Amino acid sequence: MPEAVEKVTLQLTVNGKLHSLSVEPRVLLVELLREILDLTGTHVGCDTTYCGACTVLMNGAAVKSCTMFAVQAEGAEVLTVEGLEKDGELHPIQKAFGDSYGLQCGYCTPGLMISTLQLLSKNRKPNEKEMRKAIAGNTCRCTGYQNIFKAIQLAAKNMNGA
Amino acid sequence: MLSQLGDEAKVLAGGQSLIPLMKLRFANPSHLVDLNFISGTSYIKEENNALRFGALTRHAEIEASPIAAKIPILHDCAAGIADVQVRNRGTIGGSLAEADPSGDWATVLITLPTEVRCLGRTGERSLPLSDFIKDAYTTTLAHDELVREVVLKVPPKGGGGAYLAFKRSAPVYPTASAAVQLTMEGDICKDAAIALGCVGLTAIRPKEAEAALRGQRITDKTKSAAMEAARIAADPQTDMRGSADYKRTLAAALVKRAIDIAIRRAAGQQVEVSHIYA
Repeated sequence: MPEAVEKVTLQLTVNGKLHSLSVEPRVLLVELLREILDLTGTHVGCDTTYCGACTVLMNGAAVKSCTMFAVQAEGAEVLTVEGLEKDGELHPIQKAFGDSYGLQCGYCTPGLMISTLQLLSKNRKPNEKEMRKAIAGNTCRCTGYQNIFKAIQLAAKNMNGA
Repeated sequence: MLSQLGDEAKVLAGGQSLIPLMKLRFANPSHLVDLNFISGTSYIKEENNALRFGALTRHAEIEASPIAAKIPILHDCAAGIADVQVRNRGTIGGSLAEADPSGDWATVLITLPTEVRCLGRTGERSLPLSDFIKDAYTTTLAHDELVREVVLKVPPKGGGGAYLAFKRSAPVYPTASAAVQLTMEGDICKDAAIALGCVGLTAIRPKEAEAALRGQRITDKTKSAAMEAARIAADPQTDMRGSADYKRTLAAALVKRAIDIAIRRAAGQQVEVSHIYA
């Protein structure tokens, strides 16, 4: 049995809301999000830094939340899939994934949408190569990548039009 | 602090290798000291014909850096490591200090004159990268010593290099990789540095392959000689990524491709390369 570990205080902003918590230092960021904050949209696919289902934005950069300790997000702004919609309206990326059938089982989708957000926040007109590179760290085990590319293109188009 | 915590303590940089290793219980440090909150450890500077990288400079920062882009082999490496998410966290200092035989940075950086500046309790020391990495997962760092900075000389005029890695998919380590840095004078190769990654306990410098190019006009014949020498110098193990023979052949083929790109870059051409996926 591991000995009881002293908890560490932690302040971070998740989807615009400031949280002050006390967590064991071994808790992973994804565990904090899912099990403590009940934000279960962020998934754990492989738990080995491979699949990207756990991708969230931390201070604007896509990271694998299974490969960071929660305490490392001290002072950070974290965005999860739950933070994409605004005032009950789906984000253009969410709409595009739906409209393009850019998902099958949906397990990888939250991570893919966050990776898409990082891509489109820097590059509003990605070509195919740039899209491939941007989502290379997100595994869709249903192998439905073609519609995911369509979704990214549609999201880019809609975000440019907005 | 590290000397107080004892030698079971570890430092945490980007964590993209250490955290997965801890989850698999391959690493079980008594304490983790997170370096990420120390300011001034992430930078890219150009001074006196040298580039200086703070130890905690992320791969993504190097990928986006116009300074690093002046040495194309650095961009090849930074832009190809794993995937976007890992590049946003992983660091150049962490990669060298971990000394994974499949890591990308060590393979690239030993083809350039690279010094590793280390900081310990008794002060600083600087040593060539080739002396810093001793063996697989083994460096000369003392347990209470840190990598502070990575310093490399800008290649001379006529310099051109390329780094190619062959991978099964983005997030995994390459099956084999090759870094080639040439100094050309017209069509004569004045100097050549070659390194093979993932095919030995550390990155391998195939000296015979370098000698096959040095002082020569690079023709199909010299390239074949370099390939053959690289094939012999590689010392891979058969594993789930491929058989030893396959990896030897692959490493040699990557050397040839990298030579071709290095020559074009030395001539001032813009050649974009990316890691090759199976």
